[in-house]
Amino acid sequence: MSPRSQFMLGIRTIAPVIVGLIPFGLISGVVAVEAGIPPEAAWSMSWIMFAGASQIVMSQLVSAGAAEWVIILSASVVNLRMLMYSAALATTFKPLSNGVKVLLSYLLTDQAFVVSVNRYSEHPDEPLTLKVWFYLGAALALWLPWQITSAIGVWLGASVPEEWGLLFAAPLSFIAIWVPGLKDRPLVVAAIVGGAVAVVLAFLPNRLGLIIAAVAGIAAGYMYEEQASKGRMHPAPAVRDNDEVA
Amino acid sequence: MNIWLLIVIVGVLTFLIRYSFIALVGRVGMPARLQRALRFVPAAVLAALIMPELIYRNGVFSPIRLAAGTVAILVAWRTKNAIFTMTAGMIVLWILQGMTGA
Repeated sequence: MSPRSQFMLGIRTIAPVIVGLIPFGLISGVVAVEAGIPPEAAWSMSWIMFAGASQIVMSQLVSAGAAEWVIILSASVVNLRMLMYSAALATTFKPLSNGVKVLLSYLLTDQAFVVSVNRYSEHPDEPLTLKVWFYLGAALALWLPWQITSAIGVWLGASVPEEWGLLFAAPLSFIAIWVPGLKDRPLVVAAIVGGAVAVVLAFLPNRLGLIIAAVAGIAAGYMYEEQASKGRMHPAPAVRDNDEVA
Repeated sequence: MNIWLLIVIVGVLTFLIRYSFIALVGRVGMPARLQRALRFVPAAVLAALIMPELIYRNGVFSPIRLAAGTVAILVAWRTKNAIFTMTAGMIVLWILQGMTGA
Protein backbone atom coordinates (compact mmCIF):
# COMPACT_ATOMS: atom_id res chain seq x y z
CA MET A 1 0.00 0.00 0.00
CA SER A 2 1.34 3.40 -0.96
CA PRO A 3 0.64 6.57 1.05
CA ARG A 4 -1.55 7.73 -1.81
CA SER A 5 -3.72 4.61 -1.92
CA GLN A 6 -3.94 4.67 1.87
CA PHE A 7 -5.08 8.30 1.76
CA MET A 8 -7.75 7.37 -0.81
CA LEU A 9 -8.83 4.43 1.33
CA GLY A 10 -9.37 6.82 4.23
CA ILE A 11 -11.56 9.00 2.03
CA ARG A 12 -13.58 6.02 0.78
CA THR A 13 -14.07 4.62 4.26
CA ILE A 14 -15.49 7.84 5.65
CA ALA A 15 -17.49 8.78 2.53
CA PRO A 16 -20.83 7.29 3.68
CA VAL A 17 -20.76 9.49 6.78
CA ILE A 18 -20.37 12.70 4.80
CA VAL A 19 -23.98 12.68 3.57
CA GLY A 20 -25.11 12.77 7.19
CA LEU A 21 -22.78 15.68 7.83
CA ILE A 22 -24.38 17.97 5.24
CA PRO A 23 -27.46 19.06 7.25
CA PHE A 24 -25.31 19.79 10.32
CA GLY A 25 -22.88 21.90 8.29
CA LEU A 26 -25.75 23.87 6.77
CA ILE A 27 -27.51 24.33 10.11
CA SER A 28 -24.31 25.43 11.85
CA GLY A 29 -23.96 28.23 9.31
CA VAL A 30 -27.65 29.17 9.25
CA VAL A 31 -28.09 29.42 13.04
CA ALA A 32 -24.87 31.39 13.48
CA VAL A 33 -26.12 34.10 11.14
CA GLU A 34 -29.67 33.97 12.55
CA ALA A 35 -28.11 34.45 16.00
CA GLY A 36 -26.74 37.78 14.78
CA ILE A 37 -23.11 36.72 14.34
CA PRO A 38 -21.52 38.57 11.38
CA PRO A 39 -21.10 36.29 8.31
CA GLU A 40 -17.25 36.34 8.33
CA ALA A 41 -17.18 35.32 11.99
CA ALA A 42 -20.00 32.80 11.46
CA TRP A 43 -18.05 31.01 8.77
CA SER A 44 -14.74 31.27 10.63
CA MET A 45 -16.25 29.25 13.47
CA SER A 46 -16.22 26.25 11.14
CA TRP A 47 -12.43 26.25 10.75
CA ILE A 48 -11.38 27.83 14.06
CA MET A 49 -13.59 25.57 16.19
CA PHE A 50 -14.31 22.81 13.65
CA ALA A 51 -16.83 21.17 15.99
CA GLY A 52 -20.48 21.13 14.94
CA ALA A 53 -22.28 20.78 18.26
CA SER A 54 -19.97 23.35 19.81
CA GLN A 55 -20.59 25.87 17.02
CA ILE A 56 -24.36 25.46 17.29
CA VAL A 57 -24.25 25.79 21.10
CA MET A 58 -22.33 29.03 20.75
CA SER A 59 -24.83 30.49 18.29
CA GLN A 60 -27.77 29.45 20.43
CA LEU A 61 -26.29 31.00 23.57
CA VAL A 62 -25.18 34.19 21.80
CA SER A 63 -28.76 34.69 20.61
CA ALA A 64 -30.07 33.91 24.13
CA GLY A 65 -27.80 36.57 25.60
CA ALA A 66 -25.91 34.19 27.87
CA ALA A 67 -22.90 35.37 29.89
CA GLU A 68 -19.56 35.04 28.10
CA TRP A 69 -18.17 32.52 30.55
CA VAL A 70 -21.32 30.38 30.17
CA ILE A 71 -20.91 30.44 26.38
CA ILE A 72 -17.23 29.50 26.60
CA LEU A 73 -17.82 26.74 29.14
CA SER A 74 -20.88 25.25 27.41
CA ALA A 75 -19.41 25.35 23.91
CA SER A 76 -16.22 23.68 25.19
CA VAL A 77 -17.84 21.09 27.45
CA VAL A 78 -19.71 19.48 24.54
CA ASN A 79 -16.28 18.69 23.11
CA LEU A 80 -14.98 16.94 26.23
CA ARG A 81 -15.86 13.56 24.76
CA MET A 82 -12.89 14.04 22.46
CA LEU A 83 -10.59 13.54 25.46
CA MET A 84 -11.50 9.88 25.10
CA TYR A 85 -10.53 9.84 21.43
CA SER A 86 -7.28 11.65 22.17
CA ALA A 87 -6.44 9.06 24.83
CA ALA A 88 -7.31 6.18 22.51
CA LEU A 89 -5.11 7.48 19.66
CA ALA A 90 -2.19 8.63 21.83
CA THR A 91 -0.25 5.35 21.79
CA THR A 92 -0.50 4.98 18.02
CA PHE A 93 0.60 8.57 17.38
CA LYS A 94 3.36 8.53 20.00
CA PRO A 95 6.43 8.41 17.69
CA LEU A 96 5.23 11.25 15.44
CA SER A 97 6.78 14.71 15.45
CA ASN A 98 4.96 17.36 17.41
CA GLY A 99 3.96 19.28 14.28
CA VAL A 100 2.20 16.25 12.86
CA LYS A 101 0.52 15.61 16.21
CA VAL A 102 -0.82 19.17 16.21
CA LEU A 103 -2.24 18.72 12.71
CA LEU A 104 -3.83 15.35 13.48
CA SER A 105 -5.29 16.73 16.72
CA TYR A 106 -6.84 19.72 14.99
CA LEU A 107 -8.55 17.35 12.54
CA LEU A 108 -9.85 14.97 15.22
CA THR A 109 -13.61 14.33 14.96
CA ASP A 110 -16.03 11.62 16.09
CA GLN A 111 -16.18 10.16 12.61
CA ALA A 112 -12.45 10.27 11.80
CA PHE A 113 -11.75 8.70 15.18
CA VAL A 114 -14.16 5.81 14.64
CA VAL A 115 -12.98 4.84 11.16
CA SER A 116 -9.29 5.16 12.08
CA VAL A 117 -9.52 3.14 15.27
CA ASN A 118 -11.39 0.43 13.37
CA ARG A 119 -8.71 0.41 10.70
CA TYR A 120 -5.87 0.27 13.26
CA SER A 121 -7.44 -2.62 15.15
CA GLU A 122 -7.95 -4.58 11.93
CA HIS A 123 -4.43 -3.84 10.64
CA PRO A 124 -2.29 -3.33 13.75
CA ASP A 125 0.97 -4.12 11.91
CA GLU A 126 0.63 -1.46 9.23
CA PRO A 127 3.54 1.04 9.28
CA LEU A 128 2.77 4.25 11.15
CA THR A 129 3.18 6.38 8.03
CA LEU A 130 0.39 4.47 6.32
CA LYS A 131 -1.79 4.75 9.41
CA VAL A 132 -1.30 8.51 9.39
CA TRP A 133 -2.17 8.76 5.68
CA PHE A 134 -5.37 6.80 6.27
CA TYR A 135 -6.29 9.15 9.11
CA LEU A 136 -5.50 12.22 6.98
CA GLY A 137 -7.66 10.93 4.13
CA ALA A 138 -10.61 10.33 6.44
CA ALA A 139 -10.16 13.54 8.44
CA LEU A 140 -9.70 15.85 5.46
CA ALA A 141 -12.61 14.22 3.62
CA LEU A 142 -14.69 15.42 6.56
CA TRP A 143 -13.01 18.80 7.02
CA LEU A 144 -13.51 20.11 3.49
CA PRO A 145 -17.28 19.37 3.15
CA TRP A 146 -17.71 20.91 6.62
CA GLN A 147 -16.17 24.20 5.46
CA ILE A 148 -18.24 24.19 2.27
CA THR A 149 -21.59 23.33 3.86
CA SER A 150 -21.03 25.87 6.67
CA ALA A 151 -20.32 28.56 4.09
CA ILE A 152 -23.51 27.66 2.20
CA GLY A 153 -25.38 27.74 5.52
CA VAL A 154 -24.05 31.22 6.29
CA TRP A 155 -25.19 32.41 2.88
CA LEU A 156 -28.62 30.78 3.33
CA GLY A 157 -29.02 32.19 6.83
CA ALA A 158 -28.32 35.68 5.55
CA SER A 159 -30.99 35.36 2.84
CA VAL A 160 -33.77 33.69 4.86
CA PRO A 161 -36.15 35.99 6.79
CA GLU A 162 -36.05 35.69 10.56
CA GLU A 163 -39.81 34.89 10.72
CA TRP A 164 -39.09 31.41 9.33
CA GLY A 165 -37.83 30.55 12.79
CA LEU A 166 -34.75 28.75 11.46
CA LEU A 167 -33.05 29.22 14.82
CA PHE A 168 -35.29 26.38 15.99
CA ALA A 169 -33.19 24.11 13.76
CA ALA A 170 -30.48 24.31 16.46
CA PRO A 171 -32.34 22.26 19.11
CA LEU A 172 -33.70 20.03 16.32
CA SER A 173 -30.17 19.23 15.16
CA PHE A 174 -29.26 18.38 18.77
CA ILE A 175 -32.27 16.04 18.97
CA ALA A 176 -30.98 14.26 15.86
CA ILE A 177 -27.68 13.40 17.57
CA TRP A 178 -29.01 13.13 21.13
CA VAL A 179 -31.84 10.61 20.81
CA PRO A 180 -29.88 7.86 18.96
CA GLY A 181 -27.10 8.23 21.55
CA LEU A 182 -29.37 7.26 24.47
CA LYS A 183 -28.39 3.62 24.22
CA ASP A 184 -28.80 2.42 27.81
CA ARG A 185 -30.59 3.28 31.03
CA PRO A 186 -27.81 5.29 32.76
CA LEU A 187 -27.60 7.51 29.67
CA VAL A 188 -31.39 8.02 29.72
CA VAL A 189 -31.19 8.95 33.42
CA ALA A 190 -28.46 11.51 32.66
CA ALA A 191 -30.62 12.96 29.88
CA ILE A 192 -33.85 13.16 31.93
CA VAL A 193 -32.16 14.77 34.93
CA GLY A 194 -30.14 17.18 32.77
CA GLY A 195 -33.22 18.20 30.78
CA ALA A 196 -35.51 18.56 33.79
CA VAL A 197 -33.05 20.66 35.80
CA ALA A 198 -32.45 22.89 32.78
CA VAL A 199 -36.19 23.54 32.40
CA VAL A 200 -36.64 24.31 36.10
CA LEU A 201 -33.63 26.63 36.16
CA ALA A 202 -34.28 28.23 32.77
CA PHE A 203 -35.01 31.60 34.37
CA LEU A 204 -31.70 31.94 36.15
CA PRO A 205 -29.74 34.86 34.68
CA ASN A 206 -27.11 34.33 31.97
CA ARG A 207 -28.24 30.78 31.24
CA LEU A 208 -26.49 29.68 34.41
CA GLY A 209 -29.07 26.87 34.72
CA LEU A 210 -27.49 25.15 31.73
CA ILE A 211 -24.21 24.54 33.56
CA ILE A 212 -25.93 23.32 36.74
CA ALA A 213 -28.21 21.06 34.69
CA ALA A 214 -25.32 19.52 32.78
CA VAL A 215 -23.41 18.76 35.97
CA ALA A 216 -26.55 17.33 37.60
CA GLY A 217 -27.26 15.11 34.59
CA ILE A 218 -23.69 13.76 34.42
CA ALA A 219 -23.68 13.10 38.18
CA ALA A 220 -27.08 11.37 38.00
CA GLY A 221 -26.04 9.05 35.17
CA TYR A 222 -22.74 8.25 36.86
CA MET A 223 -24.34 7.47 40.24
CA TYR A 224 -27.13 5.47 38.66
CA GLU A 225 -24.55 3.30 36.90
CA GLU A 226 -22.57 2.86 40.13
CA GLN A 227 -25.71 1.79 42.00
CA ALA A 228 -26.83 -0.55 39.23
CA SER A 229 -23.44 -2.25 39.09
CA LYS A 230 -23.37 -2.70 42.89
CA GLY A 231 -26.87 -4.21 42.74
CA ARG A 232 -25.81 -6.76 40.18
CA MET A 233 -22.64 -7.62 42.14
CA HIS A 234 -20.49 -7.39 39.06
CA PRO A 235 -18.91 -4.31 37.53
CA ALA A 236 -20.82 -2.43 34.86
CA PRO A 237 -19.09 -2.13 31.52
CA ALA A 238 -16.99 0.97 32.02
CA VAL A 239 -16.66 1.95 28.40
CA ARG A 240 -19.11 1.27 25.63
CA ASP A 241 -19.09 2.28 22.02
CA ASN A 242 -18.23 5.91 21.85
CA ASP A 243 -21.33 7.95 21.28
CA GLU A 244 -21.16 9.54 17.92
CA VAL A 245 -21.84 13.21 18.10
CA ALA A 246 -21.06 15.59 15.32
CA MET B 1 -16.91 40.52 24.64
CA ASN B 2 -16.03 40.52 20.98
CA ILE B 3 -17.54 37.54 19.11
CA TRP B 4 -14.16 36.85 17.47
CA LEU B 5 -12.53 36.55 20.88
CA LEU B 6 -15.22 34.07 21.98
CA ILE B 7 -14.69 31.98 18.84
CA VAL B 8 -10.91 31.94 19.26
CA ILE B 9 -11.09 31.03 22.98
CA VAL B 10 -13.45 28.12 22.34
CA GLY B 11 -11.35 27.13 19.31
CA VAL B 12 -8.18 26.99 21.42
CA LEU B 13 -9.91 25.09 24.25
CA THR B 14 -11.35 22.61 21.74
CA PHE B 15 -7.94 22.11 20.19
CA LEU B 16 -6.41 21.51 23.63
CA ILE B 17 -9.06 18.85 24.34
CA ARG B 18 -8.19 17.09 21.07
CA TYR B 19 -4.46 17.44 21.63
CA SER B 20 -4.51 16.56 25.35
CA PHE B 21 -3.58 12.89 25.55
CA ILE B 22 -1.88 12.84 22.17
CA ALA B 23 0.53 15.45 23.57
CA LEU B 24 0.93 13.77 26.96
CA VAL B 25 1.40 10.25 25.65
CA GLY B 26 3.12 7.79 27.90
CA ARG B 27 3.20 10.17 30.83
CA VAL B 28 -0.48 10.28 31.83
CA GLY B 29 -3.25 7.76 31.32
CA MET B 30 -6.94 8.54 31.47
CA PRO B 31 -8.34 7.93 34.96
CA ALA B 32 -11.11 5.30 34.85
CA ARG B 33 -13.54 7.48 36.81
CA LEU B 34 -13.09 10.37 34.40
CA GLN B 35 -13.69 8.05 31.47
CA ARG B 36 -16.89 6.76 33.04
CA ALA B 37 -18.14 10.29 33.73
CA LEU B 38 -17.29 11.55 30.23
CA ARG B 39 -19.65 8.98 28.78
CA PHE B 40 -22.57 11.01 30.18
CA VAL B 41 -21.47 14.40 28.88
CA PRO B 42 -23.29 14.36 25.51
CA ALA B 43 -26.56 12.96 26.91
CA ALA B 44 -26.71 15.45 29.80
CA VAL B 45 -25.43 18.56 28.03
CA LEU B 46 -27.59 18.10 24.96
CA ALA B 47 -30.67 17.48 27.13
CA ALA B 48 -29.95 20.69 29.03
CA LEU B 49 -29.63 22.58 25.75
CA ILE B 50 -32.68 21.04 24.08
CA MET B 51 -35.38 20.93 26.75
CA PRO B 52 -35.73 24.65 27.61
CA GLU B 53 -35.84 25.42 23.88
CA LEU B 54 -38.75 23.03 23.41
CA ILE B 55 -40.77 24.48 26.26
CA TYR B 56 -40.20 28.22 26.21
CA ARG B 57 -40.00 30.85 23.53
CA ASN B 58 -38.66 34.17 24.81
CA GLY B 59 -39.39 33.05 28.35
CA VAL B 60 -43.04 32.12 27.70
CA PHE B 61 -44.45 28.57 27.48
CA SER B 62 -44.74 27.62 23.80
CA PRO B 63 -47.06 24.68 22.95
CA ILE B 64 -46.03 25.00 19.29
CA ARG B 65 -42.38 24.38 20.05
CA LEU B 66 -43.24 21.57 22.41
CA ALA B 67 -45.33 19.84 19.73
CA ALA B 68 -42.66 20.30 17.05
CA GLY B 69 -39.93 19.09 19.40
CA THR B 70 -41.91 16.05 20.49
CA VAL B 71 -42.48 15.06 16.87
CA ALA B 72 -38.75 15.49 16.18
CA ILE B 73 -37.85 13.30 19.19
CA LEU B 74 -40.21 10.56 18.00
CA VAL B 75 -38.85 10.73 14.45
CA ALA B 76 -35.25 10.63 15.73
CA TRP B 77 -36.09 7.65 17.90
CA ARG B 78 -37.85 5.70 15.12
CA THR B 79 -35.60 6.55 12.16
CA LYS B 80 -32.24 7.65 13.68
CA ASN B 81 -32.08 9.89 10.61
CA ALA B 82 -30.91 13.50 11.06
CA ILE B 83 -32.50 14.90 7.90
CA PHE B 84 -35.91 13.34 8.67
CA THR B 85 -35.70 14.59 12.25
CA MET B 86 -34.94 18.21 11.41
CA THR B 87 -37.38 18.33 8.49
CA ALA B 88 -40.24 16.89 10.55
CA GLY B 89 -39.62 19.34 13.40
CA MET B 90 -39.46 22.40 11.14
CA ILE B 91 -42.56 21.37 9.15
CA VAL B 92 -44.64 20.90 12.32
CA LEU B 93 -43.37 24.26 13.59
CA TRP B 94 -44.31 26.04 10.34
CA ILE B 95 -47.76 24.38 10.10
CA LEU B 96 -48.66 25.27 13.69
CA GLN B 97 -47.28 28.80 13.32
CA GLY B 98 -49.38 29.21 10.17
CA MET B 99 -52.52 27.89 11.88
CA THR B 100 -52.17 30.10 14.95
CA GLY B 101 -50.79 33.12 13.13
CA ALA B 102 -47.88 33.18 15.59
